[in-house]
Amino acid sequence: MSAQSHAADAAHANPTGFVRRWLYSTNHKDIGTMYIIFSILAALIGGGFSVFMRMELMEPGVQYMADGHMWNVFTTAHGLIMVFFVVMPGLIGGFGNWFVPIMIGAPDMAFPRMNNISFWLLPPSFILLLLSAVADGGAGVGWTIYPPMSSTAGTPGMSMDLAILSLHLAGVSSILGAANFITTIFNMRTPGMTLHKMPLFAWAMLITAFLLLLAVPVLAGAITMLLTDRNFGTTFFIPEGGGDPILFLHLFWFFGHPEVYIMILPAFGIVSHIISTFSRKPIFGYLGMAYAMVAIGFVGFIVWAHHMYTVGMSVDTRAYFTAATMVIAVPTGVKIFSWIATMWGGSIQFKVPMLWAIAFIFLFTVGGVTGVVLANAGMDVVLHNTYYVIAHFHYVLSLGAVYGLFAGFYYWFGKMSGYEYHEGLAKLHFWMTFIGVNITFFPMHFLGLAGMPRRYIDYPDAFAGWNYVASIGSYISAAATLVFLALILEAFISKRRAADNPWGEGANTLEWQVSSPPPYHTFDALPKVK
Amino acid sequence: MRFNSGDLGQMNMPVTAYNKVQRWGAGVITLIVSALCVSASAWGAEPQAWQIGLQEPAGSIAEKADSLHNLLLVVITLISVFVLALLVYTCVRYREKSNPNPSKTSHNTVIEILWTVVPVLILVVIAVPSFRLLYYMDDTKQTDMVIKVTGNQWYWNYEYPDEGLAFDSYMIDEEDLEEGQPRLLAVDYPMVVPENTKIKLLVTGNDVMHSFFVPSLAVQTYSIIGRINEVWIDVPAGAKTYYGQCNQICGVNHAYMPIVVEAVSAEDYAAWLETAKEEFALNTMPASPNMLASAR
Repeated sequence: MSAQSHAADAAHANPTGFVRRWLYSTNHKDIGTMYIIFSILAALIGGGFSVFMRMELMEPGVQYMADGHMWNVFTTAHGLIMVFFVVMPGLIGGFGNWFVPIMIGAPDMAFPRMNNISFWLLPPSFILLLLSAVADGGAGVGWTIYPPMSSTAGTPGMSMDLAILSLHLAGVSSILGAANFITTIFNMRTPGMTLHKMPLFAWAMLITAFLLLLAVPVLAGAITMLLTDRNFGTTFFIPEGGGDPILFLHLFWFFGHPEVYIMILPAFGIVSHIISTFSRKPIFGYLGMAYAMVAIGFVGFIVWAHHMYTVGMSVDTRAYFTAATMVIAVPTGVKIFSWIATMWGGSIQFKVPMLWAIAFIFLFTVGGVTGVVLANAGMDVVLHNTYYVIAHFHYVLSLGAVYGLFAGFYYWFGKMSGYEYHEGLAKLHFWMTFIGVNITFFPMHFLGLAGMPRRYIDYPDAFAGWNYVASIGSYISAAATLVFLALILEAFISKRRAADNPWGEGANTLEWQVSSPPPYHTFDALPKVK
Repeated sequence: MRFNSGDLGQMNMPVTAYNKVQRWGAGVITLIVSALCVSASAWGAEPQAWQIGLQEPAGSIAEKADSLHNLLLVVITLISVFVLALLVYTCVRYREKSNPNPSKTSHNTVIEILWTVVPVLILVVIAVPSFRLLYYMDDTKQTDMVIKVTGNQWYWNYEYPDEGLAFDSYMIDEEDLEEGQPRLLAVDYPMVVPENTKIKLLVTGNDVMHSFFVPSLAVQTYSIIGRINEVWIDVPAGAKTYYGQCNQICGVNHAYMPIVVEAVSAEDYAAWLETAKEEFALNTMPASPNMLASAR
């Protein structure tokens, strides 16, 4: 190679200037950082929406919102933001981009430019989503966007079209990202890093990427049909033209159920690393853990209609989906018990990431067992669409996936930023969040059992008590978020240097063997794995 | 688990059997439990303040669902407590101070097989009553009468095809409520049914999706345009009002289209039919789907 091209490579390797480094970025760590910042900003908006909703629900009657439609717009925006712009970018785009290449000893992602477009599709997608909440009165259809509510019959204005286009862009972003992860993990592992030696977070991301690749195109197809129904006179989901709204439900949940595993599997991976690190023990039943995730991912594709027990499916179909859904409890149980077995006999340090991970195990169990209740089609008749369901999926997502986000954030903050966070503030953040979210979501089980329907701006007076409690909890969680922001600010102001490996011998994946933060090009020579 | 304050109230009755302390204890328990979840039996079947369990079940379907939930609640509570206990024990026993040297164990085939097989067995125990309930609630062959329920933005229409009558049912606005009518639950014309009757419901829709949901009767099914969903309710003996609400997001007034099923005695039902047949007589033309299509 000539000297000239070497010089060009060097310039390419270390871009200076904001535009070159960030807008044109092809570096997995920079792109990961942008994903994480994006996720935090979106979380402030989506979380802010939820606090506003809890304010409205604190007392019976309508206090702050204009009407039920405004409420519906807020629930829709809250759900879509949290799923597509907080959890997915944070766990997959953020931590996945940052640590999958490092953990498998790859110099970068397989397709760095595709990685760039994956990220930069998200801001326009997010803007379209926010526009969908304000244009033409907003789309108040729920995050599940069921027709006919989402057809012109239910939402005539352009808000719904904006939401659909937003999901298209987010979907393209996810599919490209998924292809990138699969290619990277299959082809760019360093010599010696066989699949069965690969860290569990990389396993989790590999399975997640497959779920994305198989599920998101189905959503894309469904919302495209919805778009043509709305604008070009097709009748895929309109009964008057021979279509069927239930078809949309099947397509949506064929995507939607794997989607919940897409959100939780990366958190599983993160928690495995943290439990092992702070117990100073190798993960218990490594292969079982990896293949439990494969099993969860596979079964996750054949249980979708358990979201549809009350739409009028044949009884045998409901019986099948009941059985299949309950099966998921088995590999999930394997994971829970394996985490505890990893801690068993360990020498446990209760650092902040470990607190999040231990809380994750218990709260995910609570969310999981209510899932077993809901899996029963007969039981679901009483609980479908009630606050019991809200409690269930917030326990597995708000207290599961989001705990995974925070656990990963604290685990890798020093590695990513090069600075140490303030231990006291971090503990305060953890405990406030722990208390806040449990006060918010646990009473929702009671509300749901008593029959309170979801997506209600106002409720019968009997529900006032637990709603009041839940709202108090959400204020505590909101205050905890302020502590979190203060913690980030404090860390960047104080600039305490983080060690390359602050966690000691338990932290034995490759990212702890490079500097904090890692150099722009992580590995000059590929690391060898024995 | 659902507590019934009626049952607990009886604990106070045979006073002689208790000494003072026990009586006091029983009284406190009764007080706390009834404050937490007042039994609904004395009033209509509607949610109660600070309720923590399912609504009082009405009819055979709801009773089966209720007992399945009682089983499930025990199982999931035990599992959660077991996991919590394991975690707490592990955290105390194996914290750095009490166990400075970690073991290197990473496999134990016996325990791995155990924690795969035992959950399967638990699930089988759950599945048996679950499937029994599912197939029981699906069997509409034994019903005594039929009511067609149509969801609209934002009211319900109840049609009694065998009686040739149909009427709309709207929520009563807050300012028009009368004494004893629950806010957001009371309607102008409830679905009146004879007590102790099995009723087949044909649920359909006219515009966007709604969901016909009455928790105490354990009935819920979507109301969807172009489709008729068949379910049944088992209305038990006794005049009583069962409250429910729309349970599928349907636009601005989603929270304002409640469902009231009013069970009355056979005589009262006959009397109601008399007047209803005059007031709500059905024209020969079936109500709505065609009208909606042209409205679009």
